[in-house]
Amino acid sequence: MSATTAPAWVRQRRDPSWIVRLFDWKPFLVFACLFPAVGLLTVFLTYPLGLGIWLAFTDTTIGRAGVWVGLENFEYLLEDRMWWNAVFYSVFYTGIATFGKFALGLWLALLLNNHLPFKSLLRAIILLPWIVPTVLSAIAFWWIYDPQFSIISYVAIKAGITSQNIDFINTPWSARFSLIAANIWRGIPFVAISLLAGLQTISPSLYEAALLDGSTAWQRFRYITFPMLLPILAIVMTFSIIFTFTDFQLVYAITRGGPVNSTHLLATLAFQRGISGGQLGEGAAIAVSMIPFLVLATLFSYFALARRKWQQGEGND
Amino acid sequence: MTEPTQSNSATAQPEAMTWDSKSRRVVMLYVPLACFVLILLFPFYWMTVTAFKPNAELYDYNTYNPFWIGSPTLDHIYHLLFNTAYPRWLMTTMGVAVASTFISLLASTLAAYAIQRLRFQGSQYVGLGIYLAYLVPPSILFIPLATIVYQLGLFDTPFALILTFPTFLIPFCTWLLIGYFKSIPYELEECALIDGATRLQILRRITLPLAVPGLISAGIFSFTLSWNEFIYSLAFIQSSEKKTVPVAILTELVTGDVYQWGALMAGSLLGSLPVAIFYSFFVDYYVSSLTGAVKE
Repeated sequence: MSATTAPAWVRQRRDPSWIVRLFDWKPFLVFACLFPAVGLLTVFLTYPLGLGIWLAFTDTTIGRAGVWVGLENFEYLLEDRMWWNAVFYSVFYTGIATFGKFALGLWLALLLNNHLPFKSLLRAIILLPWIVPTVLSAIAFWWIYDPQFSIISYVAIKAGITSQNIDFINTPWSARFSLIAANIWRGIPFVAISLLAGLQTISPSLYEAALLDGSTAWQRFRYITFPMLLPILAIVMTFSIIFTFTDFQLVYAITRGGPVNSTHLLATLAFQRGISGGQLGEGAAIAVSMIPFLVLATLFSYFALARRKWQQGEGND
Repeated sequence: MTEPTQSNSATAQPEAMTWDSKSRRVVMLYVPLACFVLILLFPFYWMTVTAFKPNAELYDYNTYNPFWIGSPTLDHIYHLLFNTAYPRWLMTTMGVAVASTFISLLASTLAAYAIQRLRFQGSQYVGLGIYLAYLVPPSILFIPLATIVYQLGLFDTPFALILTFPTFLIPFCTWLLIGYFKSIPYELEECALIDGATRLQILRRITLPLAVPGLISAGIFSFTLSWNEFIYSLAFIQSSEKKTVPVAILTELVTGDVYQWGALMAGSLLGSLPVAIFYSFFVDYYVSSLTGAVKE
């Protein structure tokens, strides 16, 4: 009896529909999964990158397709004082701001690495400058740097440091340094929180061993903390340099490149010539002229700092 | 007197020395930390104070203490909400941020799954390519993108932003999710394969539910990044009512030579609040995504 009922227990396996089988066929599935991401990136990232380089060799303007003019745009830029100014300020801005961000950010990370009450709250507060829209905090800085009603001037006068309002953004050099200060303010949280994550991965036993050997605090920092932090430092610095060099928002919001074009970065100059001025070809040439600097900076920070990781014999994954 | 005996670290330490290390801790740790927090938060405090000050107090530091509000007013916020297109700018920004976050999450989940789990030939090169895409800054791309957006007929529409924001969101999200997928044991998927599940069922029923923390991190990150985006919104949107908050404040509220600082600060405050509130709910996810992406 049981022998006759047994076949009834075998459930008929339904044939999956062709669409299910198609999605289970690996080559198609890989293609389908990658298509949205790769498609979007190709159309709106890779293609514009190539188009930008092509535009840099044409005299395209808004509303008129350009013709190939060879290196003319670049020859023009090489004789353009404003371009040289922008190159100088971009390098200067990146150099000083990166140094400031990493010095202060590392200090803050070391402070946060101690046992503190309300640590997670503190960490949340410190990240605020980084998550608030940059333009909006830049407008706040603009107001803080106001020639007449600057709160810093008010405090400085009350404290007897100066007798008149401090000039923040009305002369070239003070404007340059004011923008760098705002950039450092914005960059500290990212550096500090990333480096803090790196600090927390360092094993405490290393410090214990060093303490037993009678090391000073500086020696512990120099020979344990710093080398162990280098790989993460290299990555954070690469990102920081790239995004500081190509910064746009802070300068555009606070000075728009003024006074007398002294604070133009390459990105703001490209915007001014390319979009506001309509000279798409020339703007693209300015944007393309950023690429060699970016490649150099990336290679430098990556190889100079990440080299040690290979020397230590770790896998490079 | 009982203090030295209570501390477990040093049994016979003189009292003077514990006090000394305590004051040292204050000077070396708490004072610099307080300075950092003060400086990092001051612009926000100043923004808030300015937004609620009446104009009379705003421009008179001699009779009123500038650090405090004598008689708080909602005038600036009222002006912003009812005399300008601010509510519309907020809605546009929100819509663009949500849509581009959704697109990026969808595309990068599928891509990360394909790269990390389907293990096809050359998958690591696709991963490397997506990582390199993250290193291309928008400042280089906005001019050619403007011409492309114009040719596609998207100029001055929200779709120009919804479709271009994913270019900097997808690389980040994909790398974050690859890291998350890596942490999910492959054995779970093998079990499901033996039980006769299709690949898509595995993704939907097993991998995705386990990767929810990663999806939340990627989503929050994308949302804040698209909320903060500036250069594309500035270049691709022209009509005043279609602008996003950061661009609109800078281009629409700054009029003439006399800046309306009260309204400007109120606008900045209102524009920062949504993203700050959103962030405060998910701080831990945010920090883990930030540090996770750096460690990858």
